[in-house]
Amino acid sequence: MFGYYLEIAVRSLRRSMGLTLLMVLAIGFGVGASMTAYAVFRAVSGDPIPWKSSRLFVPQIDAWGPAERGGSGEPQDALAYADAMALMRDHRAARQSAIYAVAPSVLPTDASRTPIPLDGFAVYGEFFPMLDVPFEYGSGWGSGDDARGAPVAVIGDALNRRLFGGANSVGRTVGIDGRGYRVVGVMKPWNPQPAFFDVVDTGGFGGDGPDLFLPFQAAIAAGMENAGSTNCPKGGTPAAPGFAGLQSSACTWIVYMAELDDAAAVRGYRQYLDEYAREQQRLGRFGWSPDNRLRGLRAWLDHEHIVPDDTRVSMLVALGLLLVCLLNTVGLLLTKFLRRSGEIGVRRALGASRSAVCMQFLAEAAVIGMAGGMLGLLLTGFGVLAADQVLPMDLTGLAHVDVSLLLLAVAVAVLATMLAGLYPAIRASRVQPAWQLKTQ
Amino acid sequence: MHPIVSALKHHKTTVVLVALEIALTCAIVTNALFLIGDRVAAMRVVTGVADHELVWARTTGLDLGQDTRMGADIDADLAALRGMPGVESVAMANTLPLSRNYMSVGAWRRPGDKKSEIDNVVEYAGTPGLLHTLGIKLSAGRDFLPQDYVPYTPGLFGSPDSKAPPPTAAIVTHTLAEALWPGENPLGKTFWLDSDGKEPVQVVGVTGHLLNPRITKYQGADRNMILPSTRLVGGVYVLNVRPDMRGAVARDLPGVLTRIDPARMVKAEIYADTIADYYHGDRAMVWVLLVVTGCLLALTALGVVGLSSFWVQQRTRQIGIRRAIGATRRDILRYFQFENLLIVTMGIAVGSLGAVGLNLWLMRRYELAHMPLAWLASGAVVLWSLGQCAVLGPALRASRVPPVVATRTV
Repeated sequence: MFGYYLEIAVRSLRRSMGLTLLMVLAIGFGVGASMTAYAVFRAVSGDPIPWKSSRLFVPQIDAWGPAERGGSGEPQDALAYADAMALMRDHRAARQSAIYAVAPSVLPTDASRTPIPLDGFAVYGEFFPMLDVPFEYGSGWGSGDDARGAPVAVIGDALNRRLFGGANSVGRTVGIDGRGYRVVGVMKPWNPQPAFFDVVDTGGFGGDGPDLFLPFQAAIAAGMENAGSTNCPKGGTPAAPGFAGLQSSACTWIVYMAELDDAAAVRGYRQYLDEYAREQQRLGRFGWSPDNRLRGLRAWLDHEHIVPDDTRVSMLVALGLLLVCLLNTVGLLLTKFLRRSGEIGVRRALGASRSAVCMQFLAEAAVIGMAGGMLGLLLTGFGVLAADQVLPMDLTGLAHVDVSLLLLAVAVAVLATMLAGLYPAIRASRVQPAWQLKTQ
Repeated sequence: MHPIVSALKHHKTTVVLVALEIALTCAIVTNALFLIGDRVAAMRVVTGVADHELVWARTTGLDLGQDTRMGADIDADLAALRGMPGVESVAMANTLPLSRNYMSVGAWRRPGDKKSEIDNVVEYAGTPGLLHTLGIKLSAGRDFLPQDYVPYTPGLFGSPDSKAPPPTAAIVTHTLAEALWPGENPLGKTFWLDSDGKEPVQVVGVTGHLLNPRITKYQGADRNMILPSTRLVGGVYVLNVRPDMRGAVARDLPGVLTRIDPARMVKAEIYADTIADYYHGDRAMVWVLLVVTGCLLALTALGVVGLSSFWVQQRTRQIGIRRAIGATRRDILRYFQFENLLIVTMGIAVGSLGAVGLNLWLMRRYELAHMPLAWLASGAVVLWSLGQCAVLGPALRASRVPPVVATRTV
């Protein structure tokens, strides 16, 4: 029976080409626009490390006191050097790392001898297993290298190609800012978006991924300055000049990430943070009671407004467009179905039940939805391509069309049209056969 | 009027549907238009410098303790840049309007009195000739004198200069002057800098307008000061160039600088591109909103055309009767036009409420600006004209229905 309904549907749609085209266009546009917005939204709000994000946490310690907290009432996003080092020393999480951005240069050995600027991070050895950083050759460094501040380095795939032609360079030496570092690991191409391990400094998106990781203490010892943002409390400018002054100041510039494997560990770590802050209060460094945060990675990314407001607003506007499409379709289907009141009257008089009439018109709606979905697919493709051109550069290439998006687009189109067809179909099934037959 | 209203009562569902569609479109389009207007206004703010005559360059070297040789290098660099063809003048600055990097400090009206502090004032600093190079016009006072210049880099960590006191002369924007001394003549007045407000600085000049490197909630748009500096750590070179030579200068500049010192990277940029880049996100948003608004209006228009055609078809007989008993074509046309006006007005009435609600919600959720009520009028005008355009075709068709159909059975 359903096949027959589909056949009738196609025939009836052909009969009023104009109206059909109108509806297909409406649904196509609505689906195309909302799916494009969704693709962009999905690209920027995705979980960069879904298998582990529930176990990664970012601690914040109120190192400046309530007077410096500003409107939001939140403690600083980053840690001061002293606090980050204390947390590393106490080592209360399963794995943890203090992180700061560095921007050294490397002098290649080839003829050009033009320095290459690098985007890198100073981290602890546990950073690599904690974030499941994939390695092509070698691995990260151990805690011994951390403690010694050994001159070792993990380099990215791109840098390895540039410097060593992509060969296994473990054991070779790279000259970074005039010092030699021994390569212990070469990463596979790794550029999670957002760059969740340091959204404070990277803003989350863009870049070609980190070129380089160095041991935190080695970078400090080499005087490699913070390439990320530094925030200082009012009147808290470093007492001593230079990088050393920054380290002894209350300025915050170090991001911290910890792996906590279960709820008990999270509770324990919260307690530990508060104890630490109370200890600092007792020592007179903090003149206020503890006000710390320990956010899970997802909550942290949310807190840092990683999804741009513009993207959210576009998504909302596109959803509004889909809603208007639906209303439009309801209206058009209504006119289309009721125009055929005579035909419905005849079918009902010949014995078709109300539900059969209803089904017939729903089938017609589904056919329109299908056609609209196809058009919507096409428009989504164009939309995502255009979005890549138009959107701010750091999102470029992120939004893409894949099978799940395609299926979703068709499903949304068909479901939305059936939903829109529901009321018109019910109205159509209520047509009084006697009255219709009489007027004819 | 009455027959139109009572006729509408026969099609309650369709009328409600169209009105609802108009209402939703109205709410969204009004907000979208407002957002577009807001962004376009933001993009049209003038920088206060000669946008189309500037090329600028950043240099980064291998970090081998270069700070000590900075002074000599800068002089050699500036001389070489000055010698390039098409270059009118050259200076070094810590940052430029809309180049995103900024430093801000507190300016104190009274020394050491924390209550008198104006927070988040952006610092510009530059070498002699900066004002001329950037094309900054003073609305009062004078440019810096040679004795005003001292080695100073705003907000510097990690250099021997960081404890050097700031210069004793400054040029402030009108906005900063008003914040410090509302309604008074700022020339010759003193304010205090440094984290404790202990370093006195005298205002020697006032600029009408100079945009900040970044427009932010705290720093505002143009609350800043220019300080005279002989040398800056990590500064940028700014070149005032004949507009037709900008491309060539930006292309050749890295070569000129690396000839002096090869161990560094130079990135030169035409300043107009920097501005375009700053507004990239705004432009994208404007495009997205324009496309969506266009789609939305087209959709709504199509919907109105569809339903109006249906009504015209449905009422062919009534139209025939009206024509037969004396209604002119114009009467029929007016009837459909007025009916449309009525429905659209209903939609706009509901939609305006929705638009205000949506704006309030967006404001709370996404820190968007408050929409002045005048924008509602713009949305209403757009939808009224849209409705009238959409109904014109079906209404004309209706007006051409011949009176003779009244005598036929359908």
